Amino acid sequence: MSAPTFDLGNLHGGLRLPARKDKSTAQAIQHVPVPQQLVIPITQHVGNPAHPVVGIGERVLKGQLIAESGGPISAPVHASSSGKVVAIEPWPVSRRLGGNAPCIVIECDGEDSAVELSEAIVPFETFEQDILFQKILQGGIVGLGGAVFPTAQKLMHASITPLEHLVLNGVECEPYISCDDMLMREQADEILAGAQILMHALGVEHCFVAIESDKPEAIHAIAEEMAKLQDDRIVIKQVPTIYPSGAEDQLVQLVTNKEVPSGGLPTDVGCVVQNVATAAAVYRWICKGEPLISRVTTVTGDGIPAPMNVFARIGTTAADIVNFVGGYTENVRHLVIGGLMTGKSVTNDRIPLVKATNCILVLTGAERTGKEQPCIRCGDCASACPVQLLPQQLFWYACADNEAKLRSYGLMDCIECGCCDLVCPSHIPLTADFKMAKARMRELEDEVARAERARDRYVAHTERLEKEQLLREQQLDAQKQAARDAGPRAIADIIERSNKGDADGE
Amino acid sequence: MWNTVLTAVITITVIALVSGLILSWASSRLPADRDSLVEQVNKLLPQIQCAQCGYPGCRPYAAAVVEDNAAINLCPPGGEDTIRRMADLLGRDPIALADPDFESNSLAIINEAMCIGCTYCKDVCPVDAIVGARHFMHTVIASECTGCQLCVPRCPVDCISMESVT
Repeated sequence: MSAPTFDLGNLHGGLRLPARKDKSTAQAIQHVPVPQQLVIPITQHVGNPAHPVVGIGERVLKGQLIAESGGPISAPVHASSSGKVVAIEPWPVSRRLGGNAPCIVIECDGEDSAVELSEAIVPFETFEQDILFQKILQGGIVGLGGAVFPTAQKLMHASITPLEHLVLNGVECEPYISCDDMLMREQADEILAGAQILMHALGVEHCFVAIESDKPEAIHAIAEEMAKLQDDRIVIKQVPTIYPSGAEDQLVQLVTNKEVPSGGLPTDVGCVVQNVATAAAVYRWICKGEPLISRVTTVTGDGIPAPMNVFARIGTTAADIVNFVGGYTENVRHLVIGGLMTGKSVTNDRIPLVKATNCILVLTGAERTGKEQPCIRCGDCASACPVQLLPQQLFWYACADNEAKLRSYGLMDCIECGCCDLVCPSHIPLTADFKMAKARMRELEDEVARAERARDRYVAHTERLEKEQLLREQQLDAQKQAARDAGPRAIADIIERSNKGDADGE
Repeated sequence: MWNTVLTAVITITVIALVSGLILSWASSRLPADRDSLVEQVNKLLPQIQCAQCGYPGCRPYAAAVVEDNAAINLCPPGGEDTIRRMADLLGRDPIALADPDFESNSLAIINEAMCIGCTYCKDVCPVDAIVGARHFMHTVIASECTGCQLCVPRCPVDCISMESVT
């Protein structure tokens, strides 16, 4: 058994936040029963939406493919239980931009009968790299840490760069969320088996399992499982409990002491980061044939009488899950999907659990921030920023809409962690402003790209017209030349013929 | 004392004269790079190619602005932003937009049931975003349409409409 290691890199800024995880980790993960209705969005990942492959009225089985991958960056979607497809329609979902998204609605029959496995399960070591990537793609597996980037595509992209480490992210730094903690405590075997599959797929020889120091039970469970496994390629790294040490780039810096370059990816410093839950999902798909149709999520907050972690099917509505854990308390004020810092407040509990949902947070408290006041340039935000940006300057330029300055001050590197909001004594919603400014900049980039394409097409159009004109002139010249070569006699003949024709016509 | 003053005046006069001569020679021998300036102005234009400025496209307008001193307020899709940027680049005064009534951010839609396949719209499209053959239905490549509206008046059966995409 390898001992936890402490040789770590430095993380700039960050905050020590109250964890508030003790209540939800007090009891084991509970299984939510099959609900009456499942609402499964076709877009649960970054990239192109999946294409539905089932019709309304069709009976589907648990684990059946209901929407196939719809582009170079996309992931398929599977039915989470058996039943009948009753609708494919827009439904309220929790997304960054909010609003409705197309969902496949399944009326469950309660039998929960699964599809038969099409191929026999074979040891993953026998798979070639490419075949393993294809397999992972078919399982609909996406990053379960919250970014939901399709795992297969992340691995494929990573496998063409020189790699040193696979980093399993068991750092759950946001307050309230404890689903990865509970998963590590209860399913350490699946996580480590998943890590072995991922290492085989990527051809890397080192794996770090990064866990925060305030999760001794999880560290113990993983260490115990490692002792059984006797795989010395896997090492536990204990990281300090500082928000946002679980953000991808920050974790790489902590664990390997290498900084991911601006605009780059962890692969630029030889690392691939996968969430522990993603590793477990890979194991369940490759070794048990169960696609990603359920996940662990934390139901917590002071608006829930008995906070806990539940294992629920993708597509179960938030209302069903909250009912299962015992309903809301009185005077509930906010329903947040995701954590306290990066989650999104929603107004409707009919929204479904998706692959990204790591937490359902119900709060009774008042608004988080006070009245907004002018910036006093104290610089607290700059010392808290984990990316070492200058939020006070960015705020200044965001107000002035100064795109060039925003870019040179690194707005695009902002990870939207919310640290600056929290330390700001003037209660300025900096992260919200930065999100807006980023969206505006992306829009502008799109416009410039469109203009450039239009310019190229205009140039091509003009060139084509000029070429056609030239060709016509050449043809005309050739005809004239031919007539001239034929001599005056030929022209007289033609005139005579035409006169004769006219006469005949009459 | 006067000697010192005289020396200073003469020295400075000579320096001014020599640099003046060099500069005048340079300005006549090495003309400003017109082409690259036209290209810079062209970059500021929105590339809709709508020809509402009175020139056949964005690049010809840019050339006219640089070479013939055309007004900088003739581009309705670019709006105030483009005028301000051109004024900055060329050192001219910003002026109000000449014709502010232009719905930018729109997309041409061909009512395909009505299209008679005359190819008129296809010929007039500045970015070749309309496809179709004679006597066959035409359609607009939505991702390439700049919303210039040039095709609308050319359609003999009025089957092209502009749709807002904001």
